Amino acid sequence: MKKNLFSLLLALGIIFYFILTPMILNSPILRESSFTTLMYIALAISLNILMGFTGYVSFGHVVFFGIGGYITFALLYYYKISLFLALILAGIFAALIAALLGSVVLNLRGAYFAIATIGINEAIKSLVNNLEFLGGAEGLFFNMKIYKSYGGPQNALWLSFYLLGIITIVVLIISYLIKHSKFGLGLFAIREDEDAASTLGVNTKLFKTIAFMISAFFPAVVGGIFFFKNGSIDPGSAFSLTKSVEMIFMVMLGGIGTILGPVLGAITYDKIKETLLVSEAFKNLHLTISGIILLLIVLFVPEGIIGFLRRKIKVLKNILD
Amino acid sequence: MPSILKVENLSKKFGGLLALNNVSFEVKEKEILGIIGPNGAGKSTLFKCITSIYKPSSGKVYFKEFDVTNYPTYKKVKMGMAITHQIVKPLKELSVLENVMVGACYGKANLSIKEAREKALEVLDFVGLYDKKDLEAGKLNVPQKKRLEMARALASDPELIFLDEVLAGLNPAEVSKMLDVILKIREKGITILMIEHLMHAIMKVSDRIIVLDHGQKIAEGPPQKVAKNEKVIEAYLGDPKLALKLLKEK
Repeated sequence: MKKNLFSLLLALGIIFYFILTPMILNSPILRESSFTTLMYIALAISLNILMGFTGYVSFGHVVFFGIGGYITFALLYYYKISLFLALILAGIFAALIAALLGSVVLNLRGAYFAIATIGINEAIKSLVNNLEFLGGAEGLFFNMKIYKSYGGPQNALWLSFYLLGIITIVVLIISYLIKHSKFGLGLFAIREDEDAASTLGVNTKLFKTIAFMISAFFPAVVGGIFFFKNGSIDPGSAFSLTKSVEMIFMVMLGGIGTILGPVLGAITYDKIKETLLVSEAFKNLHLTISGIILLLIVLFVPEGIIGFLRRKIKVLKNILD
Repeated sequence: MPSILKVENLSKKFGGLLALNNVSFEVKEKEILGIIGPNGAGKSTLFKCITSIYKPSSGKVYFKEFDVTNYPTYKKVKMGMAITHQIVKPLKELSVLENVMVGACYGKANLSIKEAREKALEVLDFVGLYDKKDLEAGKLNVPQKKRLEMARALASDPELIFLDEVLAGLNPAEVSKMLDVILKIREKGITILMIEHLMHAIMKVSDRIIVLDHGQKIAEGPPQKVAKNEKVIEAYLGDPKLALKLLKEK
């Protein structure tokens, strides 16, 4: 059990590093880049609960990010309720939608499930595009006054950052607790062989649905924070399929089904993206290059950074998870 | 002896094929009931219908007096059934220990993860896989995977265990080891329902035998009696008179 605690602590250390550096240096620039990194980490860990623990690859997971964003935004925009309440409501609503959708799509396996999740994302995107009260294709914009109750725009930015930091820590700890619980063992059994799991007494349908709900809750909260900070929301940025693919990329890169993997994957991807985006030669090619890297990972190191390190360095074999 | 499992007029159709045709029988507590029959007789289908892996087309299944016909598989397992697969289904990337823990956590035993670990180690010792506990289950060889199937089933503290050809593909030494394990399971007071092709083995351990052919039950009784039944001989060897003649000549 000790070995797993090490990975949790390492992951926590990394997250705290990203929270504390901007805070101590009081640097808005660092805060912005840390915000993106933390967001990626939280999204990757959430997806990993479904994809890594349960074996269901959701290609449209960004749909929950978008739903959370829109709910938070609309609640603040029309009803002016407190941000915290709005975020919690967004998370719960997304989880309920996941339960509803899950009752249909979780009966599909493998590629069929992946394709269905893409379809859901596109369908909801089109729906929002046509909903007048959500601003249609134009989206919604906050009036700056909305930030007043959070101490002005400057403070609101810091507040969003800290909230995101807290959510990232919470999702990490939850993922750790799930992995080492009886529930988690049931999920892993489903991942390995769903039919065998049910003949061993696992209520596969219920377990899949709960995993789907948990893995929908956190992206919704993160989406809420992101668009609150952003001040505007539109269907294109809320339901961007690119972000979905990025999430899968990060999980695969770091090490699917592990605790530390999604954290490392998110940071590495963020660095790759940052490097490519500022370089003259590659700035328009960053998705292409990420795609090639993903292909290479799947072909040569399907177990990701964590798996690679575990295989190559004996000492780490029993420590990393 | 009260009966633990009662099957009434169970039928299963696959399109136009009647794989099971009105099969009825009872299993008494603590007995070993063997099910034999030629290939395609419907033996595995029978197991799968009883355990809800397939939905029976008609008929009833009673377990401990409850009508469980339409219960999902996991519920039946929680009530005390344990299932092994003819084609082994190890959870490949989990360790052998974790495989067995799943059985202990989610079967009738319903243990916490900590208790499940203890229980799993105990069962692994019982079936002789203790030294493989940390290996990935996918890396076991076939006889070991068969033992793992048994271990997972046993860890769930079952009252009735379904063994679907656990001896198939084993060499004679492994078969006799496995038979020892089966007899030890019975000593624990667990009822066993087993499908087997190895005649000498199933004749040796079964209290009673049921013979299926073309989805129908054609004989039932103690092993020696069933072996002499004309219909059974016909199912296995063709014309019974000719077969008997050949047997006598020999």
